[in-house]
Amino acid sequence: MQAITDNNGVKRYLITLNVNGDSYSRVVKANTTLANFLREELDLTGTKKGCELGDCGSCTVLLDDKPVDSCLVLAVEADGRHITTIEGLAQHEKLDKLQESFVNNAAVQCGYCTPGMIMSAKALLNRNPHPSEQEVREAIAGNLCRCTGYVNIVKAVLAAADEQ
Amino acid sequence: MEKKRSSYTNYKPEDISGVKLSEEKYSVIGKSVPKIDGRVKVTGQAKYTGDLKFPNMLVGKILTSPHAHARILSIDTSEAEKLPGVKAVITHKDVPSLKYGISPARWDENIFCIDKVRFVGDKVAAVAAVDEDTVYKALKLIKVEYEVLPAVFDVYEAMKEGAPLVHDEYPRNLNAEIHQNFGDVEKAFAEAYYVRTDRFVGNRAYQAPMEPHSAISIWENGKLTVYCSTQSPHYFQYYIAREFGMKMGDVRVLKTFIGGGFGGKLEPTGLEFAGAVIAKMTGRPVRMFYDRADMFAHNRGRHRVHMEITTGVDKNGKILGVHANFIQDGGAYTSLGIATAYYAGAMLPLTYDFENFKFDMLRVYTNLPACGAQRGHGAPQPRYAFESHLDRIAEHLGIDPVELRLRNARKPNTVTPNDFGVQSCELTACIEKAREISGWNEKKGKLPKGRGIGVAVGSFVSGAGYPIYRTDLPHSSAIIKVGEDGTSATLYTGANDIGQGSDTILCQMAAEAMGFTYENMKIVAADTETTPLDFGAYSSRQTLMSGAAVKQAGEEVKAQILEMASVMMEVDVGDLDCREAVVFCKSNPEIRKSFGEVARTFFVQKGPLVGRGVYSPPKLGGKFKGAAVGTSPAYSFATQISEVEIDEETGEIDVKEVWDVHDCGQVINPSLLHAQVHGALYMGMGETVWEEVVFDDKGKILNPNLGEYRLPTALDMPKISSELVESYEPLGPWGVKEVGEGATIPTMGCYNNAIYDATGVQVNSLPLSYEKVWRALKEKREKEKNKEE
Repeated sequence: MQAITDNNGVKRYLITLNVNGDSYSRVVKANTTLANFLREELDLTGTKKGCELGDCGSCTVLLDDKPVDSCLVLAVEADGRHITTIEGLAQHEKLDKLQESFVNNAAVQCGYCTPGMIMSAKALLNRNPHPSEQEVREAIAGNLCRCTGYVNIVKAVLAAADEQ
Repeated sequence: MEKKRSSYTNYKPEDISGVKLSEEKYSVIGKSVPKIDGRVKVTGQAKYTGDLKFPNMLVGKILTSPHAHARILSIDTSEAEKLPGVKAVITHKDVPSLKYGISPARWDENIFCIDKVRFVGDKVAAVAAVDEDTVYKALKLIKVEYEVLPAVFDVYEAMKEGAPLVHDEYPRNLNAEIHQNFGDVEKAFAEAYYVRTDRFVGNRAYQAPMEPHSAISIWENGKLTVYCSTQSPHYFQYYIAREFGMKMGDVRVLKTFIGGGFGGKLEPTGLEFAGAVIAKMTGRPVRMFYDRADMFAHNRGRHRVHMEITTGVDKNGKILGVHANFIQDGGAYTSLGIATAYYAGAMLPLTYDFENFKFDMLRVYTNLPACGAQRGHGAPQPRYAFESHLDRIAEHLGIDPVELRLRNARKPNTVTPNDFGVQSCELTACIEKAREISGWNEKKGKLPKGRGIGVAVGSFVSGAGYPIYRTDLPHSSAIIKVGEDGTSATLYTGANDIGQGSDTILCQMAAEAMGFTYENMKIVAADTETTPLDFGAYSSRQTLMSGAAVKQAGEEVKAQILEMASVMMEVDVGDLDCREAVVFCKSNPEIRKSFGEVARTFFVQKGPLVGRGVYSPPKLGGKFKGAAVGTSPAYSFATQISEVEIDEETGEIDVKEVWDVHDCGQVINPSLLHAQVHGALYMGMGETVWEEVVFDDKGKILNPNLGEYRLPTALDMPKISSELVESYEPLGPWGVKEVGEGATIPTMGCYNNAIYDATGVQVNSLPLSYEKVWRALKEKREKEKNKEE
């Protein structure tokens, strides 16, 4: 990784990430988190920050198809890798099945956990297209929601899986 | 002129001859339409305050106290100011010293502490800089010299003579004292067949909305604009204007999307005040934010209540009198806590019909974060005490707990001893239905060892009967503007969607009243500049109160449409109606015109087609001190039954299923309504079993994060069945009542009763943690063993 040192002696690194199919090169500090990189450098604010400790899962994105808390991943660690954020799910006007299912099953209330929740569910359906209810609950156990009691979220994920 | 203008147009009215009109009573309400903001939320396009960017914007944060109680000797900001990138460092010297608080009963907060700090997390200074890294560095460079003072963390200690005073003006740290006496409780107890007293203790719980608070302040030409995480732009506007001595018209408060509130975002925080000052000083927009730990410290969550409750009953279990004797830990400031204190007692007589009620309450200051209004405001913990206590009474009398509740359940068109008028009330039907769908009769007393079933009821206001500060302003208002070509209509309302879905149901209500379609509704909400006044999202008020204003506005639009159509169609206006955007003759529905064509003609001939609505509740309540708190035009009622399995080895509580049956009047959107029940029950369950803010012996929070505070996850949630009973509230638009908070209230008591049924042990303090259940079981076993020996 190419690095430059600024006048204050702080090292910065040139990284290239593939985000939602497009390649972006930026210079970042070593401690820049992937969540902050996405939100501040790329203005992809669909990735939410709820705790910055890896507790809430609001910042979940797919890193090479695996769900991660982007607040716990450094931008430099993501160099050269593929990231999918909530903004990368819909194909133009067409929503992803999960997105549609969340709307149709009243699984969205305040919506703050929704992007992270959908990304965790997406990772689940990618590896297990027909999960059981328990498998859905396990897959989203790292995503906290304060509004729904998860009832309609679980329903929405199962309904999306049924449609596949 | 008229003729010429029409000859210029290419306008062709929509062909509506084939539109089949619904034969149901209502076209739009009562249907589970998808949320109006569902799509922007699932695509990540929805911007919350912290997602907004403005050119040249600074970012800022508040420095808080590391001590629970300390005198501020000096504050040195010079090092912080020298740090490159820092644009402002402010302390109490830079801000108004006028005390504030959401409740005018006690204004006891300063923007920044002046002489001393009163809890770990109290606000001392603020920094704004070009980026977050610099802000955090600068905060560390502010040197505050403290003289640490003795602190109090326990209400009983705090009330002792000679205890350290949190506020010098409040001897024995008494923030509020309530003594209410209705009927003659002593006489009722003297005449009772059985009188019993039980004691319970609650927990400090926190709302923990997923979106942390933030506020963006912008000054332009003497006008302050604040985007913030607020449940009530109006109250924020009022208090910000008051604090800075500004005209309300020069303060604009608005929100974009709000990531949950649950009571925690009802009052202005240091973020709005500090941000406004820094924005003015620097001439730049400033985004101030709390991180997750700051949120726990700012708090305003559930009060911990110490509860002693005494009830006298006759032989048949009929309640003759109740004495509730409570002490509430308020933390360091008043917040909305005076109201909380009143609510704690005032809500108890709603569910059961008894005449003699005595309520004593002390709200006590301690050196802990201030408590306020959390979902179910003041009601859930007292309800836990009351419902657990009633089960012990039922047991003593040998009466089935469900039967005991049926014998005492409030009836419609009654008045509580504390003068709350209740119109619709289907509590009896709720209890009966819950008994039926839970299989209570087949299960009670017949479940295998370790399994139990419990019941509890609850009730909540559909909007507070009086505003938070004294004013004669109406509580809600609304404007509907029909688009010039009649194909869309925009609802302007101060009502605030914080996730519960008010934008959606208010648009349904608007469309219904106008005779229009939901799909073509747009909404502009919760912006003090563009939308008419509404007090906002608290006390479960918006469906009834904002809804009433919206209905009136919609009806005004419809009246104008029909009048216009009458001229256009040459039909008597009395023979016209409009629904689903079709104006038709009642005598012959095939004679019709589209809403759009009529609205467009209206615009061409008369200008903008606008409807207005306004709502104030009727005069409510009695004449005694505190009579206003708990008044409401209408009350929801609920019954919950839960079935649990307890692992006697570990104390683990496995909730098998919960049944909630609600009387919430008529329903505007069934799927959103049940979603509210799910969420309220979830929140109640969290507080019941896991959630508690805990402190070390110096008053520092030990678990200010979402992992250790332990919000329930998807794996923790039981199967939930949410059902309704038929009900119609005469004082609500289309018969509606509240649902958002009511389902939080019975959960704690219902679980406790199920645990007792399963094990024969009662845990008298919240949360009903696995450890406490295990300890209670161990104690029981030891007692039994000693008896045998």
